[in-house]
Amino acid sequence: MLDVGRHPNINLLAYSEVETVKGQAGDFKITVRKKARFVEENKCTGCGLCSEKCPTIVSDAFNEDLGTRRAVYAYFAQGIPSTRTIDPDHCRQLNGKKCGICAKVCQAEAINFDQKDQILELEVGAVILAGGYDVFDPSQIPEYRYREIPNVVTAMEFERLLSASGPTGGHTDRPSDLAMKAGIEPLEKKIKKSLRGLEKFEKQYNRTSKEFYTQYTSGDIEKDDDQNKWANQYEEHLSLLEALDALKEKVKTFGPAKRLAFIQCVGSRDFRFYPFCSGYCCMHSIKEAIIANEHEPETASTIFGMDIRAVGKGFEEYKIRGGNTSGITYVRGRVAEITEGSGHNPIVTYEDTRERTVKSEDFDMVILATACAPTKGIADLAKILGIALDDYGFVKTDFLSPVDTTMPGIFVCGCAGSPMDVPESVAQASSAAERAAEIAFQSDVEKETAIA
Amino acid sequence: MPENNDAEPRIGVFICHCGSNIAGYLAMEALADYAKTLPHVTFVQRNLYTCSEAGINEIKKGIEDNNLNRVVVASCSPRTHEPLFRSSCEEAGLNPYLFEMVNIRDQCSWVHMKEKEAGTLKAKDLIAMGVAKAALLKAQNPILSEVTPRALVIGGGIAGMTAAQGLARRGYETVLVERQASLGGMLNQLNRLGPSMIDAADVVQQKIRAVMDHPKITVFTEARVTEVKGFIGKFQVNIETKSGIKAIDIGVIIVAVGGTPFIPYGMYGYDGQTVITQLELEQRLKKGSDPELKNIVIIQCAGGRSKERPYCSRICCQTAVKNAMLLKDHNPETNVYILYRDMQMYGVENEEMFRDSKAKGIRYIHYDPSTPPVVESNTVKVYHPLLGKDMTLAADLVVLSTPLVAQEDVEETARLLRVPVDENGFFLEGHVKLKPLDFATDGVFLCGSARFPANVRETIAQGLGAASRASIPLSKGSVKVEPIISVLADQDACRGCGLCVALCPYGALEIENTPEGRKVHVIDVACKGCGVCAATCYQHALSINSYTDEQIDAQINAFLD
Repeated sequence: MLDVGRHPNINLLAYSEVETVKGQAGDFKITVRKKARFVEENKCTGCGLCSEKCPTIVSDAFNEDLGTRRAVYAYFAQGIPSTRTIDPDHCRQLNGKKCGICAKVCQAEAINFDQKDQILELEVGAVILAGGYDVFDPSQIPEYRYREIPNVVTAMEFERLLSASGPTGGHTDRPSDLAMKAGIEPLEKKIKKSLRGLEKFEKQYNRTSKEFYTQYTSGDIEKDDDQNKWANQYEEHLSLLEALDALKEKVKTFGPAKRLAFIQCVGSRDFRFYPFCSGYCCMHSIKEAIIANEHEPETASTIFGMDIRAVGKGFEEYKIRGGNTSGITYVRGRVAEITEGSGHNPIVTYEDTRERTVKSEDFDMVILATACAPTKGIADLAKILGIALDDYGFVKTDFLSPVDTTMPGIFVCGCAGSPMDVPESVAQASSAAERAAEIAFQSDVEKETAIA
Repeated sequence: MPENNDAEPRIGVFICHCGSNIAGYLAMEALADYAKTLPHVTFVQRNLYTCSEAGINEIKKGIEDNNLNRVVVASCSPRTHEPLFRSSCEEAGLNPYLFEMVNIRDQCSWVHMKEKEAGTLKAKDLIAMGVAKAALLKAQNPILSEVTPRALVIGGGIAGMTAAQGLARRGYETVLVERQASLGGMLNQLNRLGPSMIDAADVVQQKIRAVMDHPKITVFTEARVTEVKGFIGKFQVNIETKSGIKAIDIGVIIVAVGGTPFIPYGMYGYDGQTVITQLELEQRLKKGSDPELKNIVIIQCAGGRSKERPYCSRICCQTAVKNAMLLKDHNPETNVYILYRDMQMYGVENEEMFRDSKAKGIRYIHYDPSTPPVVESNTVKVYHPLLGKDMTLAADLVVLSTPLVAQEDVEETARLLRVPVDENGFFLEGHVKLKPLDFATDGVFLCGSARFPANVRETIAQGLGAASRASIPLSKGSVKVEPIISVLADQDACRGCGLCVALCPYGALEIENTPEGRKVHVIDVACKGCGVCAATCYQHALSINSYTDEQIDAQINAFLD
C-alpha cells in the first residue's frame, strides 16, 4: 500500500468515484468525482491530532462496528493516503452546529469546511477494475441467528478481534462480554450524578448521607419532604453501587473465548443465496483458529464444513498442522442451527456425517465463514464501463482470457471477477497490468493485435 | 548523495510501536530513554507505526531538524521494510546506506509476549547493537547495470507460450525453449477443458500458431538450457538445440516448465489397462469412448495428500468431474462413482460443474484415508460413511486421480538458475502471498504448474502475470543493484589463492593478473553479498559492505557491555 502511495508513476485518487467512461481501448476519457474530504490533502501531515480532539464519536465501520472512531478520521491506522477525512454525516460543524475544534487544533491549517467535490477528467489507454467483493450478510440465514445471538460473529468481525490494532487489542473477547463491560461506564456516570445530588443535601445538613440514613431508618429524626427525598436518593444510590459491584464482579469472570466453532459455507454453496464456492473461506477459518490458539494456547476450535478445500500451495499442510498443533478438529457436515444457551453460549446443532448422528454442542463463540458476495456498486459500475456481469454479479471473463472483460481495453482482477485468495489475486493483478500495458504503451499496430 | 562518512556521527533512533505488536509487550518509554543514553545518539522518537506516512514524515523531519547523519529504526523485519526506510532517508538527503534496522518485533516482542521485562532488556541490547553499527556505517552508492532487451522463457506449454506471447506483444524479443519436438506441453495430451468442454487441441493449436507466427518470438524445440551465467539484465545462456549450442544474451528469464502426473505404480492394482490414471482416461476419451464400459469407479487422491506427497494437487477433482461428465454424455447408462476425501471444486465454475455432474447422475462417496477403497478384479470395495456400511461397486474400469508432481529434472533446472524449490519439488516463489510469480533471485520469474498445480485458466493468468513482472526490468532498460556486496578491502593481503572463487555460489569472483600479482576481482553486479568469500578468506582481504569486521565487532561489543 505504501509502495503504491509513494510510486512516482501512480497518481492515487482515493475517496473518489468513476462517473462516466467514454471512448475505446487505447483512448478512454473518464470523469472521476473526487469527494470532498474537508481536509486539504497537500497540507495534512496525518498527525491525527484532529481525531484525538474531535468530540463526535461514530461507530467504526472498519472495525466491523465493534469499536468507535471520530467524525474526523482515517479509515484505518496505516491507510494511504494518511490524509484525514471529515465524515459529513456526523461532523457537528458541517451539520450546522457549533464546533470547529479540529480546525483549531490543526497546526497545518489543513481543515477546510468549504471544500467541494471535484470532477477530474482523465485520458487513459486502458482500465483495470479491481473492485473487490462484499462480505455476505449472514442475518439473511434465519437458522444461524446472527445478530440475535451476540456471540455469533462473522469471520471478518473475528479478524478484527484477533487484530492487535483492533478494538480488543487482539484478545478474543466475546461480544456479549464486551457489551456488558460497556455498561460499566454509563453506570459510573450515573453514580457520579447521584453523588452530586447527595452532596447537596450533605452540605445543607452538614452530615454524610450514611449518617443521615442511619438516623432516618432508626426513626431518630423528623421526616419532612426534604428528608424523604434524601433517603430515596440515597437508597437509589446504594442500589446503583450494588449493581456496579455486581457488574464488576461479573466482568472479572470474563476471559477470552476458548471454545470456538467455525461454520463454513455461510451463504456459499447454498441455493437460497450463492450456489458457488467462495474458495478462500476454508483457509481463513483455519488461519483464524491457528491465530486464536497462538493468542490463547488453550483455545480449541471445531471447523464444520462439507469439504475442507485447502487447495493452494502449502494449504493442505497448513490444515494438517492446524489439527496437529493448534487444537483444531474438523467435522464433516453442515450446521443445521445455532441457538443460545446459558451464559450467552451459542449451541451448534449439526449432523456428524461420519458418525451419522445429530449432535448439539455449546461453544464460547461461533464464527461464520461468510460468502464472497459481488460488491454492491458493481452493477452500476458495470453499466458505466459497458462491461457484462455473470449470473451472480461478478465481472464476466472468458476461460482463455481470464482478465479481459467483454469490453476491449477494460480488464479485471481479483474478487471482482470471481472469488479467489491473495496469491491468486496478486498474480491476476500482474496479468491485468500486462494486458493493460499491451494497449497503453504500444504503437498503434501492436495495439490492434493486443486488443484483438 | 552527501558522503558524510567522516563527520561525527549524529544518530537518530526511531522506535516503532507497531500498533500494539511491539508496544503491547515491551516497555516503550524505557526503550526510548535508554536509546537516548547511547553514544552518538542525538535524537530519539517513538512512532505508532514508523512505516505509516506519518511515521515516514517523522523520520524525514527528524533528519532535517536535527541534522542527523545516521538513522536507526527499531521495528519489524528488514525483509519487508528496509527498502522503505532507506528510501525515506534518501528523500531527506541522507545516503540510504547510512541506515540500520533493528528488529524488535519478530524475534523480540512476538516471542517474548509474556516476559515484558526480559523482552525489554533484549530490545535494549538489540538497539544498542544497531546504534553501535550505525556509527560505523559508510555511505554506498547503488550499482547501475544495463538490461539486455531480450527474455528467455523455459517451457513451451500453455504457461510458457502465454508468457512469451505477452512479452512479444509488449514488443520484447523472446526466446522460447521447449524440450519436446512440439510446443503445447501437457495440453497436447488432454481431451477437453472444463467447464465449457472446449477441445484442448483447438486451444493448443491456436496458441502454437500465434506463438510461431509472432515475429518477436524465437522458438527452439527439442532444445534445453544447459548453462546460465550472469545476473539480472546480463544473463549468458547456452541452449542446446538440434543444430548445436546457441549462446544467447538474455535480460530476464521465466521458468514455465510445468509439472507431470504421478504414476501410481503398485497402488490400487494400477496396470494401465483396467486400472488407469486420469491422464490415461483423458487420452482414451480423446480417441472416443468405449461403449462396452458400464461401470466406472474414479478414486481421488491416489498417491496424493499422503505422507510422501502431503499437498493437495488442486486440479485433480475438477478433472475427475469433467471426465465423469463426458463419460455420462457418451453413454448415460454408464454408472460413474467418484470416491473422494474432499471435493475440491473451489470457485464459481468448478462448483457449478460439480452440481451439474450430480444432476447427470454421477455418484459421490466420501472415504477416509484410514479406510481407503480396495480395488479387486471388477469391483471396488469402499466404506460408505452415510450408510454406515461397506459397499461393493462393480467396476469395468478404475481411474486413479493422481497428483501433479514436479518435473524429474527440477533440481537440475533449479541449480542452473540458482533458484530454490520447496519440499514438494515445486519452485519456491519470492513470497507466498505477495510475490507469487517472482523468485528471490532478481530477473528470474515463474508461472504455471512449475510453481504449483494450476488449471488452464489459472495458468494463462499466471503466464500473463509473469510476463508483466519480467517486462519491468526490460522496460526500464537498466537495473539498480544493492551495493551491499563483497569488496577487496585489503588489496595487499590478497594472495590470489582462488579459494573464494571456487566457493562463490554466484560466479561473482575471478582472479586477475595485476602488476601486484594475482588478485581477486569482484564482479559487483553479480555479487549478492552473501559473505561466503569474506568468511573464507584467511587473509581477511575481502569484506562485505555494511557488514565489515569492524562493524560486527562493534555490535558484539555493544552486546557484551
